[in-house]
Amino acid sequence: MVAKSPSELDEQVASSEAGRKIRVLIAKPGLDGHDRGAKVIARALRDAGMEVIYTGLHQTPEMIAEAALQEDVDAVGLSILSGAHMALFPRVMEELHKRGLNDVIVYAGGIIPDDDIPAIKEMGIAGVFGPGTPMQEAVRFVQENVQPRHSMEEED
Amino acid sequence: MAAGTRTQTTSIQELVDRMLSGDRAAASRLMTIVENRRTGYREAMRLLMPHTGRAQILGVTGPPGAGKSTLVNELIKAYRQEGKTVGVVAVDPTSAVSGGALLGDRIRMLSYYQDPGVFVRSMASRGQLGGLAAATVDVARVLDAMGREVVVIETVGVGQDEVSIAGLADTTLLVEVPGMGDDVQAIKAGVMEIADVFVINKADREGADRLANQIKTVMRLLPQAEDAWIPPIVKTVAADGTGIPELLAAIAKHQEYLSAEDRLEKQRRARLQTEVLDRARDLALRRILSRVEQSGELSRVLNDLQARKIDPATAARMLVDDGQ
Repeated sequence: MVAKSPSELDEQVASSEAGRKIRVLIAKPGLDGHDRGAKVIARALRDAGMEVIYTGLHQTPEMIAEAALQEDVDAVGLSILSGAHMALFPRVMEELHKRGLNDVIVYAGGIIPDDDIPAIKEMGIAGVFGPGTPMQEAVRFVQENVQPRHSMEEED
Repeated sequence: MAAGTRTQTTSIQELVDRMLSGDRAAASRLMTIVENRRTGYREAMRLLMPHTGRAQILGVTGPPGAGKSTLVNELIKAYRQEGKTVGVVAVDPTSAVSGGALLGDRIRMLSYYQDPGVFVRSMASRGQLGGLAAATVDVARVLDAMGREVVVIETVGVGQDEVSIAGLADTTLLVEVPGMGDDVQAIKAGVMEIADVFVINKADREGADRLANQIKTVMRLLPQAEDAWIPPIVKTVAADGTGIPELLAAIAKHQEYLSAEDRLEKQRRARLQTEVLDRARDLALRRILSRVEQSGELSRVLNDLQARKIDPATAARMLVDDGQ
């Protein structure tokens, strides 16, 4: 193995620290019985170099917003299969706003009829990904929509 | 609204003031700043430091699957019943391949989402400028400054980094489970010395007594000072709460031991010394590296070293002394 020169190491450090790692909360609101899809997307985001916080099934809107606050995430991905999205999504948004988390990008995936998409976007949910969406598309969405928060000068 | 308005329009001073008056979102943002050591880090730490030092810091470490998060959940429950506020920093490994991480410790600590007295923050283990231990302790300091009375740092106890984090706590619990195949290996891994309390979790499994005996045997081999603390062994089944009162009693007893004869202050001073020297070493190394790279001294020294004209010890001295 050829040792990396300091400048190569520096570049590595620079690229990995060019931006703070994107932090994403993957949340499952409501009573869905399984979380296969949520886990797959969580892994895809991790494999794209993000820090993914996953909190498991049966989350209330309050739990989701509180986790987003405590983890200071850039994005929240809501995964839902039960059909309760029109009831739960507005409550999630309300809880996020209540906590002042107006700058968090929220997107949704799962079983969501096309007819509901305009209303969901109206709620402030930036992206909706139905069944069959290529994983890379959902990953790219997060990468493109999360902006660097502040100057990333290193301080030691 | 664009991402980042919370800090773009807010000074560090404002964030700290808001945090001190109980704003949890401000505290959370400060944790991000200190974890990443980005713009505002120095000012944040300078402003936070006078408000720290009041929390009781507990370290919880052990192999993956030992039930640490479940145990921490039980500790949260118990301290909340005593009326104490709790903060948790849960560290999970970063993937070496992608640099990403899947942080799932919260799953086991969800019962308190509506309780403002509990704050749980997940952290990934790699990639922090200046090392994991420093980043973890800085995040714990934000929880301390927020006024959390108990701060729990949970880490996977496999690497040197994790051992050094556990070393930053006032009281460190080392969690083991029976029947993991290589009991002795787990104990040999150099983490024995950091344990103030041994926890044998999942103690309803076969082999709990054998593990306890092995721990006792290994402990006898460690050098012991005259009035040294002898780490008790507590058996728990975190999933159903068995042994948690005994564990709390063991932790309280260690705190009592620390509070006698100024031990806590001595221990904290020693740890601050380790921390500040580690930081100084990192800083010095990075400064030397950037200097010798720019001046070309590094490549000249490497040439001479590779040609066997000089030896590595001389080479190192040349780099450090260059420009002095």
